Amino acid sequence: MPSYLFWMFSLVMLLGGIAVIAFRNPVASALSVVTCFVGLAALFVGLSAFFVGVIQILVYTGAVMVLFLFIIMLLDLKDEVRRAKPLIPILGGLGLGIAFAAQLISVLAHNTDAALPELDKNTLVQASATLVDSGTITATGKIATALNAGSLPDVHLIGRALFTDYNLPLQILGVLLLVATVGCVALSKKTTPSD
Amino acid sequence: MLLFLLLIKIVALTFCVVLPLVPVSVYFERRFCAVIQDRVGPNRVGIPLTLFGFKKDCGILGIGGLIQPIADGIKLFLKEDFTPNHVRKAFYWLAPALTVAPALITACVIPFGTPITLFGHTEKLVIADLDIGPLFIFAIASITVYGITIAGWSSNSKFPFMGGVRSTAQMISYEIALGLSIIPVLLYFGDLNLSHIVQQQADHGWLLLPLWGHDASHPLTEKLLFWFPAAIAFLIFTVSIFAETNRMPFDFPECETELVGGYHTEYSSMKFAMFFMGEYAAMVIGSALVVTVFLGGWSLGFGTDSWISNLSLGGFGYGGLIHLAIFIAKVVAFILFFILVRWTIPRFRYDQLMKLGWVIFFEAALVNVFLAALIVAAPHLQGTIISLGALLLLIVTAAIIWVAQVSEAKPNNLRA
Repeated sequence: MPSYLFWMFSLVMLLGGIAVIAFRNPVASALSVVTCFVGLAALFVGLSAFFVGVIQILVYTGAVMVLFLFIIMLLDLKDEVRRAKPLIPILGGLGLGIAFAAQLISVLAHNTDAALPELDKNTLVQASATLVDSGTITATGKIATALNAGSLPDVHLIGRALFTDYNLPLQILGVLLLVATVGCVALSKKTTPSD
Repeated sequence: MLLFLLLIKIVALTFCVVLPLVPVSVYFERRFCAVIQDRVGPNRVGIPLTLFGFKKDCGILGIGGLIQPIADGIKLFLKEDFTPNHVRKAFYWLAPALTVAPALITACVIPFGTPITLFGHTEKLVIADLDIGPLFIFAIASITVYGITIAGWSSNSKFPFMGGVRSTAQMISYEIALGLSIIPVLLYFGDLNLSHIVQQQADHGWLLLPLWGHDASHPLTEKLLFWFPAAIAFLIFTVSIFAETNRMPFDFPECETELVGGYHTEYSSMKFAMFFMGEYAAMVIGSALVVTVFLGGWSLGFGTDSWISNLSLGGFGYGGLIHLAIFIAKVVAFILFFILVRWTIPRFRYDQLMKLGWVIFFEAALVNVFLAALIVAAPHLQGTIISLGALLLLIVTAAIIWVAQVSEAKPNNLRA
């Protein structure tokens, strides 16, 4: 990713993030979150993580934030526009921000800032040699072919990681989401006695 | 140089192929509906040749009202662009752009044809050959919903708002059916790159017409077996595309009889035209996606494609242009199908739409994923496991049908 693109999308993201709290209108804030997410997705794409970037847009921008916007519009939050600025939440927010920044700085300070190898054909071919057989998924399949051809099959790599190394966590997460969905329906469903 | 080529491709494919298809489909819409309703339709508008000093006998240039879309466009440009006083201005201006831009952006992953060779340089006929084709289209297309929702909200008026809210609910619901219905196809091809998907269909038979190119890794029996989940996926996908593009059996966001004009009631002139263009561009892209995934994309079929792609004339490999023409012909045919459906099937009721999406398509697509997975995995499994899986699938299907019928039984029992 050329660095000017990185700075541009970072700027989009930061402006979006600031706008979320700067706007008093809830719909404008929600749209600022969308802007922020689009910038984030662009950064993912810039890191050659196309799948993650697209899922970011598909799930968060295209589904979650649409529902947020939907709720905000239906609630018609007019009072929110006129609300005064209370001191304690602002101080709390500032404190959280400072704590997070301090943590980030401390992590970055201890991290040796070594440049990772470029994602060129050489690196990819080397990476294909490190693939190992895992069950019925062989190391000489589509992934190795794509890596040897010098392209990054990021969807296949994520799928491989999910279904080999993280298979059990994935299943558990699926069950967890299902339970959450069922629980949500059970809680929100009001049954009235049938007269 | 690379950037220049990319720019040429964007201009050529997006602005010279996809965008002109929008007025063309508007023209087809008007002519085709006229045929269905036993009318004549716009058949007069031609280039005013007398203005340029020609006689009127050179009628071939304006035959059949082909210039009608240009006249419509000029009319919309020249209309007063009126902004009502009660709207939320910034969002009101943003909304039309958010409707039309995503539809045009998605065109960049559609493979329009095989590579063209010119002056010893081979160029793919796809703007961005991404490995995440269908997902990219879904992701960008899902931004369209903001345009319609914001249009409804920023109009600050009752009926447009209802139209916007309806469209949000409708598009979110059908996105799920859309995404789930394409999973069997992705399982079958094992790839998310649309170029590879089309190439595979050109070599081994279209997904819905698997009649050629059998070999050891693509046996005829497996392809014919997979025809069934593919057909179910095609049905769900096509109907969901209709709902996503707000086309006729499901055009609730603009339902005239209930909502005046829906989300674009307060819009006039070019801003209205952009909503109009957005709808048709989404339809063109939707057709292109269906054709690409299910109907072989640019492929002519029956093993002729490698011959066509190798055609060349003195170093100019023009086979790709023939494939481009085949692709456009298929897309136009599918657009005609869109139009046929619009003028034959009456509008659904809103609860029927939601029920179709959530109770029928969602479950059918889910079962279809398992059916497809079973068929794809069958060659690697033992007979007992296959029959066990089939039995389990049958039980699940029966249970889903039973639940759907039970949920139908007492509609008045729940009160929100």
